[in-house]
Amino acid sequence: MDHFITLLFLGVFLGGLMAAVVWWLLKQTINVQPWVAQGSIEDGHGGELPASAVKTGLWVFLAVVTSLFALFISAYGMRMHQGDWSSLPEPGLLWLNTGVLIVTSVAMQWTRAAANRGQTDGVRIGLVAGGILTFVFLAGQLVVWQQLNASGYYVAANPANAFFYLLTALHGLHLLGGLVAWGKTTARVWRGVAVREVRESVGLCTVYWHYLLLVWLVLFALLLST
Amino acid sequence: MSYVAHDASAFVAPAEVEEVELYHPKTFVGKYIWSQDAKVIAIQYAFTAIGIGLVALVLSWLMRLQLGFPNSFSFIDPSNYLQFVTMHGMIMVIYLLTALFLGGFGNYLIPLMVGARDMVFPYVNMVSYWVYLFAVLLLTASFFVPGGPTGSGWTLYPPQAILEGTPGATWGIILMLVSLAFFIIGFTMGGLNYVVTVLQARTRGMTMMRLPLTVWGIFMATILALLAFPALFVSAVMMILDQTLGTSFFMPAIVSMGQQGDYTGGNPLLFQHLFWFFGHPEVYIVALPAFGIVSDLLSVHARKNIFGYRMMVWAILVIGGLSFVVWAHHMYVSGMNPYFGFFFATTTLIIAIPTAIKVYNWVLTLWRGNIHLTVPMLFAIGFIFTFINGGLTGLFLGNPTVSVPLSDTMFVVAHFHMVMAIAPILVVFGAIYHWYPKITGRMLNDTLGKVHFWVTFVGSYGIYYPMHYLGFLGVPRRYYAIEGTDFIPQSAYSLNVGITIAALIVGAFQVVFLYNLVWSYFKGKPSGSNPWNATTLEWQTPDTPPRHGNFGPTLPLVYRWAYDYSVPGAKQDFIPQNVPPDEAAARARDKA
Repeated sequence: MDHFITLLFLGVFLGGLMAAVVWWLLKQTINVQPWVAQGSIEDGHGGELPASAVKTGLWVFLAVVTSLFALFISAYGMRMHQGDWSSLPEPGLLWLNTGVLIVTSVAMQWTRAAANRGQTDGVRIGLVAGGILTFVFLAGQLVVWQQLNASGYYVAANPANAFFYLLTALHGLHLLGGLVAWGKTTARVWRGVAVREVRESVGLCTVYWHYLLLVWLVLFALLLST
Repeated sequence: MSYVAHDASAFVAPAEVEEVELYHPKTFVGKYIWSQDAKVIAIQYAFTAIGIGLVALVLSWLMRLQLGFPNSFSFIDPSNYLQFVTMHGMIMVIYLLTALFLGGFGNYLIPLMVGARDMVFPYVNMVSYWVYLFAVLLLTASFFVPGGPTGSGWTLYPPQAILEGTPGATWGIILMLVSLAFFIIGFTMGGLNYVVTVLQARTRGMTMMRLPLTVWGIFMATILALLAFPALFVSAVMMILDQTLGTSFFMPAIVSMGQQGDYTGGNPLLFQHLFWFFGHPEVYIVALPAFGIVSDLLSVHARKNIFGYRMMVWAILVIGGLSFVVWAHHMYVSGMNPYFGFFFATTTLIIAIPTAIKVYNWVLTLWRGNIHLTVPMLFAIGFIFTFINGGLTGLFLGNPTVSVPLSDTMFVVAHFHMVMAIAPILVVFGAIYHWYPKITGRMLNDTLGKVHFWVTFVGSYGIYYPMHYLGFLGVPRRYYAIEGTDFIPQSAYSLNVGITIAALIVGAFQVVFLYNLVWSYFKGKPSGSNPWNATTLEWQTPDTPPRHGNFGPTLPLVYRWAYDYSVPGAKQDFIPQNVPPDEAAARARDKA
């Protein structure tokens, strides 16, 4: 029965993702008569600005990451019902780290607003603040690892521990990947590139940070509830 | 370069698309090695995939030699045999077919067919290839490490995959898993390109419903791969940790020789679910591009519009969606709840409906068509036969009542080789014969092509038809030798000899194909830009082979779908996608 619930989660979630894709594509195609040569060329034609390709790329990538985390979470769900599972305590520091990540997201959102208003100083300060806070979060996560390791919660000692290290590491790696994009954007802003030219990059970073905050909240809720 | 409408047609507003920065290589190395041109990347993918595929072909010979002539070859011991089986399977499915269809044909055809100058992220596209090459090299390295490559079967089931006794349980399996992880990372980079290019970089007038079915097939397969490969990634990462750090994600508590092992009680079934959650969509990751390509081959070479274009697109979409909810039909013997079996059998049978629609549409496209029995057409028709054969045995195996007794027999091997090995590889060959003129500017030799087709097609049936029968007899798969079993008659051994001889012949005749590729590159008949009189954009490029940027100074403008063949009154019997309606009408008037 436990397997059933996990499979249901997997099926509903990824099936839902897939269904959304299929539904969107069906909507694009349902009333079209492609064999009519001069048919309505105006709607749905290609040739959008290449700039939006990056945005589409990010959303497609987020779908892939969603699939990755959903699969890890369903693996977690299936594995936790085995007899040898014993949950590990959540260090208080995790709450603080969560707070830091929320503030990071707020900072990024503020940066995006500044970029939309065209304020160079605001973008500079916001980006640096967002980056520093992200590093603080990652450092905090490492301290949590050390605390757990010091209290004997080794990675191989219990599957619950292994999942904790694995999921936090994976989330941290995604943040590090985001920091690469952040570093490039920040460098451009400090070199004096006009704000309107980095506006899209700042916006995409913000979306990515919000997304990773969401992933962390889901993971943290999962850890707290099990 | 600017995007300007090449014709002041009343239907289209002036293009307002910005200029695109194309990367312009200056050196030989920049042009052919660190290339950001999707067409060069496609060739790199294709060479690498075919190269490693030839290794897998030799491995299949070795395992057939053992099965046909047991006890004759001192260099094949039971461990080697299992290693050959494993590496053959994994290489063929992932490193050859997936890489060739998506990395090879996807890269070459998507930008050309949608009317784009290149992929939207050329740099990421280049990195994608180099990560893929690294994955292939890691995999190859496993042949040379202590213990050799893994011999756990291509499904890599734990616990046996990482337990002593299975060949390659240390270095071999780790290299395999790390290689898979890198493959997935590399693929994701490429896959983002394919999807976003189709969504965002289509030329003006190229609506989604004017895309050739080849692009639809590759597009949907890429979406499947992007969402399904993470499952393999997850299982690979967790198994690496089980093997190296001693975690117990999958590894159950094991008592061996009275000793309690280190593992604490993991869940091997979890691996099976994750693996097949990737593994079943993988079938369609290979099949959907083949479906798409074969639709175009049939239409072009039968000079007929594809029958039921919209239905074909919807079938691709529905198959893609359903392929995520059938995975457990690979696990009927894992002791699952019978209600699950019922559910998964039902979804499996439902997926046969859109698939059958596609088959009917292919056949109806041929119906009363002006069929040219060119080499690509032969391969396309060969595909239809083979796919129907393999698909029907799939319906048998989709039912638990049939699947359970036939599980792990040669019947299963015969089924999946027909449906996802021979059928797609016939399309690969057909596609190479079809697009080689565009890639090189020369035709492949027709006679050699026909020899290659008939030996491959008939020979494949010589290999896999008898294997169905062996499966009914109960001959198990993955067994090194089957001597001393009463239920297997002597005739089965003779049949195995015959299968082995057929396999050796089919394999050897691929040399004809390779020779043809090389010979025609230098001596082949010049093809011109559109030797098959096809309508799609890749045949309308100003240069053949197309230069970087594909379409010269202006991008083509699309006025019609990809399937205007045998048009009554048209000057030729086809109208390319970029011919405006008034021009087509004028041409018809001239003719009249």
